[in-house]
Amino acid sequence: MQVIDLAWWKLGLAAFLVLALAGLSLYGRLGLARNLLIAAARTVIQLALIGLVLEALFASAHVYWVAVMALVMLLVAGREVMARQQRRLRGVWAFGIGTGAMFLSSFAVTILALTVIIGPSPWYAPQYAIPLLGMMLGNTMTGVALSLDRLNESVWSQRALIENRLMLGETWASAMEGIRRDAMRSGMMPSINAMAAAGIVSLPGMMTGQILAGSPPAVAVKYQILVMLLISVGTGFGAVMAVSWGSRRLFDERQRLRLDRLVRTQ
Amino acid sequence: MDLCLQEVSVGALRGVSLTIGSGEVTCLSGPSGSGKSRLLRAVADLDPHDGRIFLGEDEQNAMPANRWREQVIMVPADSQWWYDAVGDHGVDRDDAMIDRVPGMGREVLDWPVNRLSSGERQRLALWRALVRNPRALLLDEPTANLDDDMAEAVERWLLDEIRRRQMAVLWVAHDRAQIHRVADHHVAICGSALEARDAGD
Repeated sequence: MQVIDLAWWKLGLAAFLVLALAGLSLYGRLGLARNLLIAAARTVIQLALIGLVLEALFASAHVYWVAVMALVMLLVAGREVMARQQRRLRGVWAFGIGTGAMFLSSFAVTILALTVIIGPSPWYAPQYAIPLLGMMLGNTMTGVALSLDRLNESVWSQRALIENRLMLGETWASAMEGIRRDAMRSGMMPSINAMAAAGIVSLPGMMTGQILAGSPPAVAVKYQILVMLLISVGTGFGAVMAVSWGSRRLFDERQRLRLDRLVRTQ
Repeated sequence: MDLCLQEVSVGALRGVSLTIGSGEVTCLSGPSGSGKSRLLRAVADLDPHDGRIFLGEDEQNAMPANRWREQVIMVPADSQWWYDAVGDHGVDRDDAMIDRVPGMGREVLDWPVNRLSSGERQRLALWRALVRNPRALLLDEPTANLDDDMAEAVERWLLDEIRRRQMAVLWVAHDRAQIHRVADHHVAICGSALEARDAGD
């Protein structure tokens, strides 16, 4: 089956629709135009660049270029996790905890999928490794950012409650029990909802793309199932690590709640 | 067991030393913002502080913080509740202690916490601390939300428990009459130091 390539001018047509929406927003004073146009421009530029990078990467297929690419993706995701928290830990902790959790969970799950489940040769073949890692990191990033944001925000607003529990002799872990559960839940909810709605409410993007590119639906579905399961696992482990490291850091060695370790982002 | 503070510094307070004998109440007074609650928080090890604090022979730093706080329980001025029912905050639902709390009875254990008035919350916060059998109590204005009659009933109940269980108690109070009624000793915060006052003063 032949893939229909898109001419650039046809993309221009889609871009024109975005401009029309921005015009409507300006006309209706919806205050969206600026953000919409900047985000659309970023999408075009970022994806065009990544297209060039992937072309070069696929052509060379050296393991260290794949590793460099993976590292860059990880660092950008780590920065994004930090930026998405309204209150975050001071110093390197905000970046370190988010990035560390994403690294351990997404890389472990991606490498497992590449070596054991999919098995391309070599296992780091960039056609498989980079898109898979990208999907893992993108979703783990959302999960980790949501759960850390929720954790820090709840601790900030429920300081009196946590300290009251400490006063009655509870350990820090027990005083944080409800808050940690909520933080985990907000990190995991998007992937759980996506799994529940998959195929009924929404046709997931990756599967749609594969079908558009000519894969038989049965193969596309298997890949999509694999990816969704892996995404949930990666997000879950990432959120567990981020929440437990993050909440540990909010207490000192005497199990005191240390809100002075949090800063407001803006 | 005595509660003993040696050269404790926290906030504006510098080098505070104080010994509270078991079964005794030391009242702590001072203008608002002078650091009364900060000092209580330091004794409960909730705020970083300098100096050494002992319960009997045991030093604060020598045991895990949660073990210390089980024995030296602070009851804050504004208590928080995290389970739905009052009784879930206790340690044992059969405990008879609730009958001794002024104006309370067994049925209170099943009440939802969002139904409690501020005065009820305050008395139940004291109950919740006492059922954990602490060796020392740190009370931050424990009768602030109570009318005079109820405040005196709560004082009598607390003094009875304090004497019977020989707890060492640091009690933040600003009402002279209350200090006169409950205090064995009275210290006031003056700038960065504690000043001994006459308990009747």
